[in-house]
Amino acid sequence: MGVMKRVTLIFRSKANRALDKMEDPRETLDYSYQTQLELLQKVRRGVADVATSRKRIELQINQLQQSSDKLDKQARDSLAAGREDLAREALVRKSGIQSQLNDLQTQYASLQGEEEKLTAASQRLQAKVDAFRTKKETIKATYTAAEAQTRINEAFTGISEEMGDVGLAVQRAEDKTEQMKARAGAIDELMASGALDDVVSGPRDDIQAELDRMGATHGVDAELERLKTELEQGSAPKQLEGSADSAQPVQRAAGGQSAHAAPPTDQPPAGDGQ
Amino acid sequence: MIIRILGEGQLEVDDSAADELNELDSRLEVAVERGDEAGFRAALDALLNRVRATGTPVDDALLEPSRLILPQADATMADVRRLLSDEGLIPG
Repeated sequence: MGVMKRVTLIFRSKANRALDKMEDPRETLDYSYQTQLELLQKVRRGVADVATSRKRIELQINQLQQSSDKLDKQARDSLAAGREDLAREALVRKSGIQSQLNDLQTQYASLQGEEEKLTAASQRLQAKVDAFRTKKETIKATYTAAEAQTRINEAFTGISEEMGDVGLAVQRAEDKTEQMKARAGAIDELMASGALDDVVSGPRDDIQAELDRMGATHGVDAELERLKTELEQGSAPKQLEGSADSAQPVQRAAGGQSAHAAPPTDQPPAGDGQ
Repeated sequence: MIIRILGEGQLEVDDSAADELNELDSRLEVAVERGDEAGFRAALDALLNRVRATGTPVDDALLEPSRLILPQADATMADVRRLLSDEGLIPG
């Protein structure tokens, strides 16, 4: 017998065993409906769990991406400062983070797929549960217990197969979520231990320290240069003060004042008018 | 006939496809018996693709049992063995 038929038989025998246990067929309907509602709840919880796990991975991806970007910038800065050794070190660390990132992105995609499948399964089950509820009420209202048997068996076998399928899907999603939780936990631990985190922002970030030191040295040098220039400029204006053609702002302002001082000689017409 | 692909739902497939599907199913079974992972993967993919290509999804609200049930697309050989040994199925 082929795989398809064997799987089918296993599903069918599950349903039959459950049916055999019921004494009043109409009780079967209500009992089954209850378990359907419970399964629906379980699927929805499953969807929420997968989503939570996916978001946690997303957060870790963002954190690692920031680390990677920072190392990339450090590599550029190091190279610009002529420190190829530091640039190399930054790139080595970046590639380590990048491989973690690639792994997380694969997991993220897998969880996303699981979430979509489970959401679709939950919608299919919901539609079947609604159909079952309608059928259940019709059967209870219209038929005697004996007459109802065949119809109940049909409806029950149909919904039972869907429930078996959805149950398996929830189980697969749970397994995957558990695995992801374990891996996400391991990465969180790595980050907390500093193995990943310290590379960029922790106290042991020697690349940044070196860059900062170089940057600070450079800053002091630049400050010195600026002060020197200021001093030179500070003495220059004194020499230029006497020069009327000076382009220096101070001189121009002074020239402006003298220009203002001149007008009174041109103003007599206004004075005449008064 | 209605065929279910686990994790994907039910499809209405024309009865005329039965011979071809049975042939593919035999290959799947042989692969599982021999523990031939590559053969298993190829046979399962072929079987699922054939059902998806010839079938049309049934209305979600249909309450009818399937004539045939197929393992999910990402099932491993171990998953199928578990399925056949009647373990891991949530009682419905």
